[in-house]
Amino acid sequence: MTKEDVRKSVLDIIASIAPDEDLSGIDGDAPLKEQAGLDSMDFLDIVMELRKRYSIDVPEGEYMELVSLNSSVNYLAPKMENI
Amino acid sequence: MAYDVVIIGAGMSGLSAGIRLAYFDKKVCILEKHSRIGGLNSYYKKGGHEFDVGLHAMTNFVARRDRRKPLMRLLRQLRIGYDELDLSEQTRSSVRFNDKTLYFTNDFNTLKAEIADKFSAQIDGFIKLTDHIDSYNELDINAKTFPAREVIDKYITDRLLSDMLLCPLMFYGNAKERDMDFWQFVIMFKSIFEEGFARPFEGVRRILRILKNKYNECGGELRLGSGVKKLTTANDGSLRVVLDTGETIEAKKVISSAGYVETMRLCNSSDEPDEVPPGKMSFMESLYLLDKTPADLGIEDTIIFYNNRERFDYKNPDTLIDEKSGVICCPNNFAYDTPLKDNILRVTNIANSDLWERLSKNDDEYARAKETSMRLTRNAISQYVGDFHSSILYTDSFTPATIRRYTDHINGAVYGTEEKIRSGKTRVDNLYICGTDQGFLGIVGAMLSGITVANLYALK
Repeated sequence: MTKEDVRKSVLDIIASIAPDEDLSGIDGDAPLKEQAGLDSMDFLDIVMELRKRYSIDVPEGEYMELVSLNSSVNYLAPKMENI
Repeated sequence: MAYDVVIIGAGMSGLSAGIRLAYFDKKVCILEKHSRIGGLNSYYKKGGHEFDVGLHAMTNFVARRDRRKPLMRLLRQLRIGYDELDLSEQTRSSVRFNDKTLYFTNDFNTLKAEIADKFSAQIDGFIKLTDHIDSYNELDINAKTFPAREVIDKYITDRLLSDMLLCPLMFYGNAKERDMDFWQFVIMFKSIFEEGFARPFEGVRRILRILKNKYNECGGELRLGSGVKKLTTANDGSLRVVLDTGETIEAKKVISSAGYVETMRLCNSSDEPDEVPPGKMSFMESLYLLDKTPADLGIEDTIIFYNNRERFDYKNPDTLIDEKSGVICCPNNFAYDTPLKDNILRVTNIANSDLWERLSKNDDEYARAKETSMRLTRNAISQYVGDFHSSILYTDSFTPATIRRYTDHINGAVYGTEEKIRSGKTRVDNLYICGTDQGFLGIVGAMLSGITVANLYALK
């Protein structure tokens, strides 16, 4: 997957968790928490969806890597390189 | 054949836990003793009419799709769309203590205005109490708690007002007599007063159908008519679930919604004492099918919480029922697009389960007692809803004995044990509880409980 594909996959997952949210104007560097209104239960779901869809494990100690869209892409890109 | 998780009970909490686990590809099986799903919130057909059990209304109504509210959080977690619930809002509900009435709606300002008008000296205290409630995170399973009255008394000095506020919250979720835990008070205050009531046109059936379909779609297995007789631990820490039929099912983890005491009894030998006493609060419900809409009989409210005593006393009565306080629900009085087929009045009163269990052994006496109790209730509520005797087409009722028979909850205790097991953990490894004894109340609470326990112990 290219970085752009990874970005799309992450946005796809967020859209499935928060269907009523408008994700078009999202600022890649700002925390997702405020922009997409995600709480801790939702963050767990992003992790779970990554495992369900791409068999990627995000250890609990690394959850903060998913804080913004850009940090998520940077963190996930190497893990998703071969998908 | 080993499952990742076996769930005991296909009620709101068990089904919700099941959806989470099945969605994330766990091999999961829900075992339900009864031939129908729903548990404490279910339905039945009698005399050609359909009746709901449990649920009078969905609490936690949100209109503006506020993402942080419990109802929206649980729908996200279950990947269920808000519109699927097909909710219609209540028209107006009330708390009526003899000649004193407080109205409330799904707009919290209604209640505030009522208190400002009828308890003007208390309104500042009430607003401060509300601020305190809003700042408390009741869904944190480690949050500190206190007796609710202790907290309320700091803000509200008129006992009549604090009793009127406690009355609906107690009737809709309190396992304790006379007082509540503060965290449970907060859950109920937010879900009933700040958020409010709504109902799907089809009632509880619709919610159960959505949950069941979702669970099936995710690949979960549901076995009806499968009561659990015993739970034992294997050498590797997994659990063996022995069914009433003698069949044994293996599971890495078990989440039980059967109740805490009920679940631990499955693990213990029969002579072992219970760790905590089973709950006592149970109810009788009288159902009236009417020839007119409640509105045509002059009943405008959706739900009326009443008390005829000088002082409200929420406790297990010494008599069969306590007709002097209770809940009157008019399922017709929600803002549906089309009217319901049947006109129904439901009246709920606290009932003594020991007395009903004893009576239920003699069919004639039991039937007579039900009839007498219904008449007492009808007299007690006539000051709020008038005399509707001549409009009755059909009646039915159920008692703590009925609830115990269909749900297997000891004493037919609708709200479970007095002390809640908030962590959901038990002293047996890999055995967890969800549902009413975990302590998130109401049906939204039940669903959140299943989700929370599944997330914490079987997914994370």
